[in-house]
Amino acid sequence: MHLGNYLGLLESSEKQLCDAFEHVSTKHRDEPDIEQMCAKLSAWSREHHGKVLPFVEKYSKDKSDEPQDLRRELFSEKRSGSLALLRDLHDLWLLAQEVQLCWTVIQQAALGLRDDDLKAAYAYCYPRTKRQADWLLGRIKQSAPQTLLVAA
Amino acid sequence: MAAYKRLFALPAWAHSLTWHHWLTASPFPLRCLFPTHTMDETRDSINDIWGPRTGYTGQWPVRVDAQTTETPDRWVQSACVLCSNGCGLDIGVKDGRIVGVRGRAVDRTNHGRLGPKGLNGWVANHSPDRLTTPQIRRNGKLEDATWDEAMELIVRKSKQIIKEHTSSAIGFYTSGQLFLEEYYALAIVGKAGLGTPHMDGNTRLCTATAAAALKVSFGSDGQPGSYTDLDTTEAVLLVGHNMASQQTVLWARILDRLAGPNPPKLVVIDPRLTYTAEKATVHLAPRVGTNVPVLNGLLHLLIEAGHLDPAYIEAHTVGFEELKKIVAKWTPERVEHLSGVPAATLREAAAILGTCKTLVSTALQGVYQSMQATASAVQLNNLHLLRGLIGKPGAGIYQMNGQPTSQNTRECGADGDLPAFRNWGNAAHIQELADLWNVHPDQIPHWSPPTHAMQIWRYCEAGSIKMLWISGTNPLVSMPDLNRVRQIMEKEDLFIIAQDAFPTETTKYADVVLPAAIWGEKTGCFTNVDRTVHISHRAILPPGEARSDFDIFVDYSRRMDFRDQDGAPLLTSTWQTTEDAFEAWKKCTKGRPCDYTGMSYAKLSEGSGIQWPCNEAHPNGTEHLYTDGVFPTQLDYCEDYGYDLETGAGRTQDDYKLIDPKGKAFLKGIDYEPPHEEPDESYPLWLTTGRLVYHFHTRTKTGRSKALQDAAPDSYVQLAPEDAARYGIADGDMVEVTSRRGRVLEPARVGGIEPGLVFIPFHYGYWDKADRPRAANELTLTEWDPISKQPHFKYAAVRLRKVNA
Repeated sequence: MHLGNYLGLLESSEKQLCDAFEHVSTKHRDEPDIEQMCAKLSAWSREHHGKVLPFVEKYSKDKSDEPQDLRRELFSEKRSGSLALLRDLHDLWLLAQEVQLCWTVIQQAALGLRDDDLKAAYAYCYPRTKRQADWLLGRIKQSAPQTLLVAA
Repeated sequence: MAAYKRLFALPAWAHSLTWHHWLTASPFPLRCLFPTHTMDETRDSINDIWGPRTGYTGQWPVRVDAQTTETPDRWVQSACVLCSNGCGLDIGVKDGRIVGVRGRAVDRTNHGRLGPKGLNGWVANHSPDRLTTPQIRRNGKLEDATWDEAMELIVRKSKQIIKEHTSSAIGFYTSGQLFLEEYYALAIVGKAGLGTPHMDGNTRLCTATAAAALKVSFGSDGQPGSYTDLDTTEAVLLVGHNMASQQTVLWARILDRLAGPNPPKLVVIDPRLTYTAEKATVHLAPRVGTNVPVLNGLLHLLIEAGHLDPAYIEAHTVGFEELKKIVAKWTPERVEHLSGVPAATLREAAAILGTCKTLVSTALQGVYQSMQATASAVQLNNLHLLRGLIGKPGAGIYQMNGQPTSQNTRECGADGDLPAFRNWGNAAHIQELADLWNVHPDQIPHWSPPTHAMQIWRYCEAGSIKMLWISGTNPLVSMPDLNRVRQIMEKEDLFIIAQDAFPTETTKYADVVLPAAIWGEKTGCFTNVDRTVHISHRAILPPGEARSDFDIFVDYSRRMDFRDQDGAPLLTSTWQTTEDAFEAWKKCTKGRPCDYTGMSYAKLSEGSGIQWPCNEAHPNGTEHLYTDGVFPTQLDYCEDYGYDLETGAGRTQDDYKLIDPKGKAFLKGIDYEPPHEEPDESYPLWLTTGRLVYHFHTRTKTGRSKALQDAAPDSYVQLAPEDAARYGIADGDMVEVTSRRGRVLEPARVGGIEPGLVFIPFHYGYWDKADRPRAANELTLTEWDPISKQPHFKYAAVRLRKVNA
């Protein structure tokens, strides 16, 4: 069984998303809505992460070592100027997709296992992850034309 | 000074210290500002704000309020623009000058009454410091110029910016003070002529949440109620709305009901003991930022007690179970713990709201400018939906507007909305606009929601908006965090056009100043919060070379040579009169919720204002919306597709297809979220800001009326006796109030407010008194509601220090 591995992947992704929202919140303080919304959504991910941990524990014996670190390629420190915000939101959205997909995969296993607790965790976290992604997409669409066409 | 005194015999009030400072800061002789004259008035409205009581049932009795300085040769039909109520009035004219006003007895809004601002504010038209000549900044200084020079400079600059950066480098920041025809002209110039998404108004600061809340619940902007509801209603709920100060004539209607045989019960939610709260049957004074817990608590008590209309909920709403689950957590005890509102008081309020057979609810800035603004405003809509109290006499919701014409900023699309409540996410709606204007649909920006004001300012700050055209508003007093706004306006690479009637804090920073004609000097229409449309006729000529905003925008349209897709001049360029624009606007509204097709200038000039929708089916207008419980939520009709109340993420058309309620209203709830800045050791007190009965906005007009200015000559900080004692502050002491953004010095006023909270009126800036920092917005935060994008003026953490006067 590889469920433990996937839970590890989910756990790590939630953690990264949480950290990344916080990173973007701090980095883009000049954008008041970004600062506040990313701080809020970081808290959401922190809560989701907390909900995943018991299942990582529960299924840990199934886990093999498979390091995952999407963030390595994301959030380049070198970014600056007006493009940085758009690129950072872009990367946040990618991370949110990763989390969503992990939940989708794990929900399939939860159904197969008849694990009601895991199903409940999915029912809570998955829609909220989609809401995080929806906000990111809306904000990306808003800033894209100005950034790509006008900004220096 | 002495010479002035001898020459012009200054009145006694001018000798006060305050006025001495005022004079030294003023570039023109005071005598001219307040010419002496004999006054003929029906009452002293400064000291008798609401006038005598007339208890009534049925029709609200007529009482004609008037004030004149000379006997007019003629009266010209208009309506008042000094608050959002929209009272019908006539302008008295003699020898080409305004000499007074009187209320229109036939008007459904006010039945002849006028408030202190309406009765006294008109003198500002003849203020000697009106802008009368265009100005251009040359070598760092504003110098007089001709209209040709000013407009050609704007056109040259526009074309250069478009060439180098696209039209997305041009933004417009307008007002809630212009007329409908002017907004529609501006909307077409911006959206079809230039094709920029960056258009909004100061309505973002005052009324955006009203619109957002109506869209969230009902699918479209449009106020469901009518002022006549106050004539019969059994109860009134006022949330964060000091109606007694803000809409004095509407409040007089309530006072007259209170004096009648069947007075309504009043539930007032306000952290201050306002004039309104003094009359409350039940007054709830929640801590700052706790509107959601209090409103959730009320809904919970209603649901728990079964004070609902289950048949209405079933037939006309979606979302009840979800809402019930959210509010169930808000027991009176939990509400008390968080908000400070005693559980018993909450129960008392819920008993009134749950058992009254009719109910009027209103909200204003205490909701709109607070944390979770839209979500809170939506709870009022929920209350009425749960009880089925909507769309019938006595049952109304006024998501109150902040300004006399802000409804039109929204309707006409001069802000972050599209004309006639069209949906930017609906391709068919964009096509309709494209057909009306004969342009390609892609010319109209609709790739994301039109840019809201706070983001427009951010783009200016970041440098991607390079030209900002400001009309009829004074951001250097009204925007939050004034230090930041000043820094933006000082930017070398931002070309600023300021179009105003008076020199203001803002015009000082402009590259081009355009002198605007105002109310009384031009003809146009505007719409109030119960959808009553008034016409305001030109009574006098504008001073000097001042031109109406309409003429300026049309002139710009012609000089830019905007063309439609057949190569003919763009619609705006073809208009000769505002009536041409009104006729075009009627076409734009056909079949939309705000249908004006049954109106005309002639019809509006007959008697009373008329409520939209007014069309073939409703030739005399419409008193209530949603009488059949059908709401404009249908997929192909709605103004937007809704939002996530917590994140503000907008729903897409595809998402909406799955949930299309096909005419049912949305019940939507939210949990509490604390404010982003709370008092701490360094800044231990809450600041809240607000309005006074005698002034409007940044006092550009009311500060130029001697009566109004004398009634409220200066800013102040109001604090509780407990806090005054703690800081050793006595009434009248000068107090330094500091936040993380800035500091002000204000004389203290002790009492009438909860401990831990201080209040500063936001009207006062520096155009007439620049000897100390005093604008409340030096202290406020740059942040906004995730849905309505309205800034949070109602809270900031501050500290106090008594200073030696």
